Formats: sequence, C-alpha cells, structure tokens
Amino acid sequence: MADHVITTNLADDSEAARILQAQRRRHIIGATIRYGILFAVGLIMLYPLIWLVGASFKTNSEIFAGPGFIPDSPTIAGYVQGWQTSTPYTFGRFFWNTFLIVIPKIIGTAISCTAVAYGFARFDFPGKKILFASLIATLLLPNVVTRIPQYLLFRDLGWLDSFLPLWVPSAFAGDAFFVFMLVQFLRAIPRDMEEAARVDGASTWQVLVFIVVPLLTPALISVCLFQFMWTMNDFLGPLIYISSVDKFPVSLALKLSIDTTEAFEWNRILAMSVLTILPALTVFFVAQKYFIEGISAGGVKG
Amino acid sequence: MSGDHRFLGLLYLSPYIIGLLVFTALPFLASFYLSFTDYNLMSTPTFVGIANYAKLLTADRTFKKSLSITLFYVFTTVPLKLAFALFIAVILNYKLKFINFFRTAFYVPSILGGSIAIAVMWRYLFADVGIVNMALQGIGFEPVNWFGDPTNALFTITLLRLWQFGSAMVIFLAALQSIDKSLYEAASIDGAGKFATFWHITMPLITPVIFFNLIMQMVQAFQEFNGPYIITQGGPLKSTYLLPLYIYEAAFKRFDMGYASAIAWVLFAIIMVLTLIAFWSSRHWVYYAGDKRS
Repeated sequence: MADHVITTNLADDSEAARILQAQRRRHIIGATIRYGILFAVGLIMLYPLIWLVGASFKTNSEIFAGPGFIPDSPTIAGYVQGWQTSTPYTFGRFFWNTFLIVIPKIIGTAISCTAVAYGFARFDFPGKKILFASLIATLLLPNVVTRIPQYLLFRDLGWLDSFLPLWVPSAFAGDAFFVFMLVQFLRAIPRDMEEAARVDGASTWQVLVFIVVPLLTPALISVCLFQFMWTMNDFLGPLIYISSVDKFPVSLALKLSIDTTEAFEWNRILAMSVLTILPALTVFFVAQKYFIEGISAGGVKG
Repeated sequence: MSGDHRFLGLLYLSPYIIGLLVFTALPFLASFYLSFTDYNLMSTPTFVGIANYAKLLTADRTFKKSLSITLFYVFTTVPLKLAFALFIAVILNYKLKFINFFRTAFYVPSILGGSIAIAVMWRYLFADVGIVNMALQGIGFEPVNWFGDPTNALFTITLLRLWQFGSAMVIFLAALQSIDKSLYEAASIDGAGKFATFWHITMPLITPVIFFNLIMQMVQAFQEFNGPYIITQGGPLKSTYLLPLYIYEAAFKRFDMGYASAIAWVLFAIIMVLTLIAFWSSRHWVYYAGDKRS
C-alpha cells in the first residue's frame, strides 16, 4: 500500500517536472518572439528620427548616398544656411513668432478650461445636461465644417494676419477635449476639503483658486503640454490666417523653405526640420509621464 | 443647492457658452447656409438653392475622385492603425522588462504627429533614392516609386499615420492594465486557452476603448490635411487629393466659399452618419461593466 503511494507520487513528480519544463520552454519562446517584435517595431519607430538628425549634419551629396545615419564628414552648414532662410528674417524670428502664438494660447486655455470644468463638475444648474452634451458634440464635430465661417467672422473683425484667430477661441474654452479631461479628473477628487472651506466661509472662487487648482495641477500640466504640442504642430491654422512672412511661425517657415530651396539644398531643410521638432521633443522627454497619464485618463475614463 | 449657486455654475461656464455660440454654433449654421449660396468674398452671398450640391454630385469629377479616395484612405488607415495599436498594446501588457522604454519609443512619433517636419522627413525617407528603397533593395526587392505612382502615393500617407499608432496604443494599454487579474485566473482554472481568454475576456472588457479610439481616429482621418499637402501636394493625378485639400483649395485659393461649404457639409454628413452608425451599433458590441443590459 505504502509502496504504491510512493511510486504514483514519483510518477506524478516526473510528470509535473516535464510539464513545468515544457511550460518554461514555451515561456522562453514566447518572450523571445515578443521582444523580437518590440525591438523590430522600436527600430522602425525611432530609426527615421535618428536618420533625420544624422542626415541634417551631412553634406548634400551624402544625404542620399547610403542608409546610415552617421555623417562621413559632419558639417553644420545646413544649420547655418538654413537658419538664414531665403527671407529677410532668420529662423530666430519664426521661433519667436511661434512662442508668441503658443504662450498666450496655453494661458487662455488653462484658465478658461479650469473655470468651465469646475462649473461642470461642482455645480448644478438648469441646462447642465444639454451643455455637457454640447461639449461631447463639439469634441466630435469636425473643424472642417466651421472653418470657413470662422474665417469670415475673423475677417469682419479685422483679425486676419494677426495671432488673434489662433488665440481667442482657445481662451473661450474652445478645446473641448481639455474641458472634458479636467471634468473627468475633478469628478475623481473627493469634495470634503472644498465643502469644509465653504462651511468656513470661503467663496466658490476662493475654493477654486486655493483648493481645486492645486489638486488639479497634474491634470493642468497635461493640458498645457498637449496644447503646446498641438499648437507647435499646427499648420492649417497659421496657413489660413497668417499671410505676412514676418509673422510666420516655424511650421509655415519650414513649408516656405521647402518651396524655395528644396530642389538641391536638402541639408538645410533637414536641419530646420530637426530644429522645429526639438522643442516638442525636449518637452516630451522632460514631462512624458504627464502625456501618458493625460491621454490614458482622457480615453479610459471617458 | 441655493439660487445663487445655480447662477454661479453658469457664471463659471460663461466662457464656454460664449465660445460655443460665437465660434462653434454660429459658424456651424452659417456654413450650412453658405453651402446654398454663391459667394466669392467680393460681393454678398447670393442664394442659389441646391445648385452647389447638384454640381458636386453630378458634374464634378474631381469631387467624385476625391470622395472615393478619402473613403478608401479612412477605411484602410483606421482599421490598420487600431489593429496594430492593439496588437502592440497586448504584447506590452505581458510583464516585460523595459516596458516604459518601449512605450516611450512607440509614443514619440505620435507626439511629433502632424508636424510639418515629420511630413518633410517622410518625403526624404520614401524618395526614389531614400532609405526605404535602400532597405527594400537590401532584402532583395525592387525599389518602389512611392510618390510618382498614383497607386502607391496614398499608401505612403497611410504608412505615415500608421507610424503614429502610439496614442491609440497608450489608451489600449491603460485599458488592458486596468482589467481585473482575477478574471484571468478564473479563466485559467476553467482551462481556457490563450485565444479563448483573449476573445472572451479581454476583448469584451476593452470594447469601450476600441469604440472611443475608432470614433476619434475616424474623425481625425477624415480631416487629414498636412500629410498630403506637404508630402504629395494631392498628386500624382490627384491620387492623394483628399477632401480637406479640395475644401482648402476651393475656399482659400479660389475663394469659392459657397461651393467649399457644400463640400465641407458632404464630408460632415458622411462623418456624422458613420459616427451615428458606430453609436447605434455600439449597444450590440460595446460592453460596459456594471451595465445590466448585457
């Protein structure tokens, strides 16, 4: 009887060991395949950017000479000549213009979206449901359908060829995505502190500034960062509204350099392309957790 | 709560309400009206009834071509992008080392997204003597005429947007990571295989984000402008002349505001119908946890 028990146990053990080993082998194969795919995709994702940076330091004759990214005889000629542009202005001017568009737009967005999100998340009022539905509708509304009358409106206001058409809609909480994101964030914050402050006699405005805004800071940073990226990348807005070269942001200036010099001066174009993505890239690497959190929160909780 | 509270809520919303009326609702209605007019900025708009739509749908061959390639572009780019984003998110959801590194690497192209610099880079990569063709030759294929051949040009734009699968992937990954692990343990005890587990547990639980990504990516793809404008200028032979390009040129090059508004409304109607279909069908395939209906 006892013998029998021992032998079956032994058989079980070797069987279990065999299964375990097979599992381990399958696990290793699976992991290898997964890492293989990730590395291959990572290479496809990053190599073009690495190539772009490398090629911007190449001479024009070398750019299309081989697939490598390391220049044979590195030169900053592309940067020096590209920076000068074919206009009376340097790229410094175009970066300054971009800055002049981006900063007021971010400030207007942050203030208006915070106030509106606070209103949605903390108050009851007639028409709230309809207004919140309108927010979702705006989120889905393609800009293409409002662009032409907006242009006519700004023309009648005398705002063409100024930065106002790019600033003002954002200052009126025009980017529904951000309001939505902040409302979702606010709804997840307990109201205890705010209610205590109200009992102590604080006004709703004081509650907003001294209690809600500090709690909301991580989400607000995400909002500012996304607005920074989107405005840096925006091309169609400036293309429609800005016509004088002295007011061009970098996106329009880059398009202008393509039109005027691309036939042969490739390294200038590549060098200026690198410079125009550098601010966005730097900000992303410094603050990437806010991007990942922001986009995850907007998508998952919605 | 009290009466002044009701007033206060609306006060905090006032920037939004003003913005909604002035910059969204009013232009929305104005654009609908303009689509029934002839308006070239010089004179006042003249009402022409359905003439713009009649011309669009019967006589305008550019519009027909542009519409069909736009639909083709959206129906290829969006499913490919979502499938790829989900595939990579599922791989990243295994407990792997360097997951943060990969997530960042895959997300960087999305951040630089629609920038002009990246579109410029794409032109160089896919040039006849660019590194894509060098790579193809390296593994024994013929080089491809990416921009010169009407059958390939649109695909390079699709590839550019596929390269930016990162933001959809981050959303998928966050959803996958929020799935309760005990569900997988239960499935494993019941002897469910990997594919059965994925199909019957993972997929239903992430349908809300699939739905969200589908709508967002679709609305975005229908409005693709920077890619074709910079990379191919709509060519060759109008093979990348997506509707937003046509609208832009009609409105801001030819200043034919009435006609451009009519094109915009056709595009809007298509997006709206597809969005409504998605919403209507969602009750059959989107699963919301805690929802008693399903």
